[in-house]
Amino acid sequence: MILVGFRKVGIISAITAVLLLGACASPPGATGDIYDPLEPRNRKVHEFNRKVDRSLLRPVSQGYGRAVPRPIREIISNFASNLDQPRLVVNDLLQGRIEDAGHNTFRFLMNGLFGLGGLLDPATDMGLEKRDTDFGETLHVWGSGEGRYLELPFRGPSTERDAAGNAVDFVLNPLRYVGSSEFQLAGGVASAGSTVSDRFQFSDTIDSILYESADSYTQARLLYLQNRRFQLGVETSEDEAFDPFEDFEFE
Amino acid sequence: MRLLTRSKILSLNDVSRRTAIGLMGAGLLAGPTLALTSSTARNQVERIVAEVNQVISDGSSDAAKIAKFERIFVRYADTAFMAQYALGNDRRRASQSQIRAFTSAFQTYVARKYGRRFREFIGGRLEVKDSRQVKSVFEVRTLAYLRGQSPFNVTFQLSDRTGKPLFVNMFIEGVNLLLTERSEIGSLLDRRGGDLDRLTRDLPSL
Repeated sequence: MILVGFRKVGIISAITAVLLLGACASPPGATGDIYDPLEPRNRKVHEFNRKVDRSLLRPVSQGYGRAVPRPIREIISNFASNLDQPRLVVNDLLQGRIEDAGHNTFRFLMNGLFGLGGLLDPATDMGLEKRDTDFGETLHVWGSGEGRYLELPFRGPSTERDAAGNAVDFVLNPLRYVGSSEFQLAGGVASAGSTVSDRFQFSDTIDSILYESADSYTQARLLYLQNRRFQLGVETSEDEAFDPFEDFEFE
Repeated sequence: MRLLTRSKILSLNDVSRRTAIGLMGAGLLAGPTLALTSSTARNQVERIVAEVNQVISDGSSDAAKIAKFERIFVRYADTAFMAQYALGNDRRRASQSQIRAFTSAFQTYVARKYGRRFREFIGGRLEVKDSRQVKSVFEVRTLAYLRGQSPFNVTFQLSDRTGKPLFVNMFIEGVNLLLTERSEIGSLLDRRGGDLDRLTRDLPSL
């Protein structure tokens, strides 16, 4: 009980901190712009992350991928993903996206009831695909700019807004506060398994960015920001559409 | 296009039989041309994807496949433009012959870099969603279905500046190929102290 009370205070203070941060975070300028005044610090974190990947995450993921057959890896990832689903619903509601909230709630119930408690994913086969979201997106919907670019230890590319979002997402899932400690542990292990499994599945892409590009820091930054802005629908208007021939002169 | 606008203004002022015919005529003139270009772009993407898929499954060696990917790239892409775009502002201090040599090296670099990952596409498919004109280029939006992955957005950009509808750029979940390569080529050039000839020599084996 005391613990729950403490967690509630934690959530409220985290959200307050994020709102303050969100208000300070300056909006990105023209689309395609990169705002990275902390580059020297970010580069140090990037080197650290590369070392962690090279010495730990990559080898563990290779071992995991070879030792654990694909169907089992999928079951573990499904379980983690389904436990994460209520967090998506909370964010959908905070964003006022009622249809997505319903979609994700239904998905959670379908997979929980007919997918052996989330081990399987029958919802996707029935056309209820995963619709991902996070508190960083909620902040975006509430009008926060992305702020400065950040590379976070162990997590990789982010922005001030998305880092604040991560912190809130950590406490936002209602399932964190129910069930036994064994249940919480199982969820944590599945989530770690899912991360390692993703590192294995997207091995070629991640390796090509981290170890085969001339400057992995700028490549990771560019890929993250472009993909993130696309997910959030930042550049959707006709005027902002990318035309490579605009402002281009042949030599 | 101009005819259509004029007819529209006319029809607003005076809806006579004559303007109605004029409007229809303008529609016939403007309609098919637009539809043709938009569907040409779509057909072109489908043709490129079919040729790439054929190479993926033709049983040849990896090296032979990459050589075939390069031929497809040279045939269906505006490589002169793409190479110059990737070179960015550095192209301004390059001679014509340096740019030609760089373009050729760039073709091999792209074919190798993306071609050697062809295994990820085995058993995959692309579903064309729509195609439309965006400023001076045509965009063909597709969904890619790869084994064991949720479908993701792939958008192709084509331009007919050369008279043919050629591939000029693509986006994978918002990640812009031209911008990404401009950044990468810039870093590669920095590492060589801005020496374009050295980059051109190194590029085909990277």
